Amino acid sequence: MTSTVRDTPLRAVHERLGATMTEFAGWLMPLRYGSETAEHNAVRTNAALFDLSHMGEIAVTGPGAGAALDYAVCGWPSRLSVGRARYTMLCAPDGGVLDDLIIYRQADERFLVVANAANTSVVLDELRARCSGGADISDESEVTGLVSIQGPNAGGFLAPLTDLPVASMAYYAGAYGTVAGRAAWVARTGYTGEDGFEIFCAPADCEPIWDALTGSVEGGLPAAGLAARDTLRLEAGMPLYGNELGPDVTPYEAGLGRVVRLDKPGDFVGREALAARAAEGPRSTLIGLLGESRRVPRHGYAVLSADGDRVGVVTSGAPSPTLGRPIAMAYVEGDAGGPFGIDVRGKTEPAEVTGLPFYDRRK
Amino acid sequence: MSVPAELRYTQEHEWVAIDGGTATIGITDYATQALGDVVYVSLPQVGAAVTAGEPCGEVESTKSVSDLYSPVDGEVVEVNEELDDDPGLINAEPYGLGWMFRVRMADGQTAAAGLLSPTEYDTLTKSAG
Repeated sequence: MTSTVRDTPLRAVHERLGATMTEFAGWLMPLRYGSETAEHNAVRTNAALFDLSHMGEIAVTGPGAGAALDYAVCGWPSRLSVGRARYTMLCAPDGGVLDDLIIYRQADERFLVVANAANTSVVLDELRARCSGGADISDESEVTGLVSIQGPNAGGFLAPLTDLPVASMAYYAGAYGTVAGRAAWVARTGYTGEDGFEIFCAPADCEPIWDALTGSVEGGLPAAGLAARDTLRLEAGMPLYGNELGPDVTPYEAGLGRVVRLDKPGDFVGREALAARAAEGPRSTLIGLLGESRRVPRHGYAVLSADGDRVGVVTSGAPSPTLGRPIAMAYVEGDAGGPFGIDVRGKTEPAEVTGLPFYDRRK
Repeated sequence: MSVPAELRYTQEHEWVAIDGGTATIGITDYATQALGDVVYVSLPQVGAAVTAGEPCGEVESTKSVSDLYSPVDGEVVEVNEELDDDPGLINAEPYGLGWMFRVRMADGQTAAAGLLSPTEYDTLTKSAG
């Protein structure tokens, strides 16, 4: 039997920890190690480790790198200072979202573009097509591992193992240094709504870094899988590509119009369509819903008006460990107002509209 | 993974303990591991008639929801009300405190008809990977 499913450099660690593995975007990934609720709560209250080696890493380098990215994505990467990061999107000419990205400026002439695993080849192809002249595009996914430590105590656990002053590092900043004696790019970023750090390193260095982090804590640090990652990002109101984001929506529908820098000079892919959408307003709105029963709205369930008409669709839904009730994000028609119900397998369950995020660590 | 020898099983991963004319029903260790943390279980009402192989409730976990099937015909005589406050019992003790409901089996029903032996169930879960 042939398989194209790829292992991360931490496969042996996950097996040792007894993880339940799942195929995700062509990778064999840990879904959970034990209780995903306990993993979720560890990130909210302490810290946990994630293997994110499936993510795509694409380097854009050269004297024209900044200008090339300004044309390729809807943000304004050339304005980033060295050592800073920004959340942005790669859009199609019609404004539809092809992927959401974090771009780090690692040096004056070097940017690291981090893409979703499932979209890495699309992002790579688009960057190569869009970044002509003065910029080199290089897929570094195969030579880059990614270990993330997330949670309020993440900095305290990382600090003794690194030469970087992580305690004073700004959110959405990054720097080259060492972790457990291994060279790494360490950034204060994440996808959990919690403080945390992402450690980009050589694949062979993932395991020593993982072991050093968990070995530095009495009793070890918990590991967290994709199941916890999904409920953490949902509570934080962060969109997931394929759920809230896709080629059929622009950043405006997702409530992320701020990432579209129509104020930057020069043309960029999607500018005309995005400017028009900005002027006319989004065609649908991403809202937060709090379930009022214990039955959980899931991806694809219909959102109903008070009259029972279908006015939207749930994009992500889960029982929220932090709130103790179901939460969901949903797209509803532009002029639809609450109260809403959700068709949970044939029975309408009431849901309360709420602002996003569901959980904000600063509150 | 635990498959107690004294129980019978269904293709849908329920277990059944038959004592005289009463069947106690829950979901298996395999099921709880596949589902992840159970956060809510909707059980049939006491007094409700249930039919073997038909859905009579649902089990919500972090990632998914599954129908709960009755393995036998009969009338529900008791449900585990502890699960309302603490659905985690299903993960912690699927064959013990995590039991779900009891059915007084309809007259003339052959107790183990259509149910899987522990060996058969073990084979089923192993072939499912």
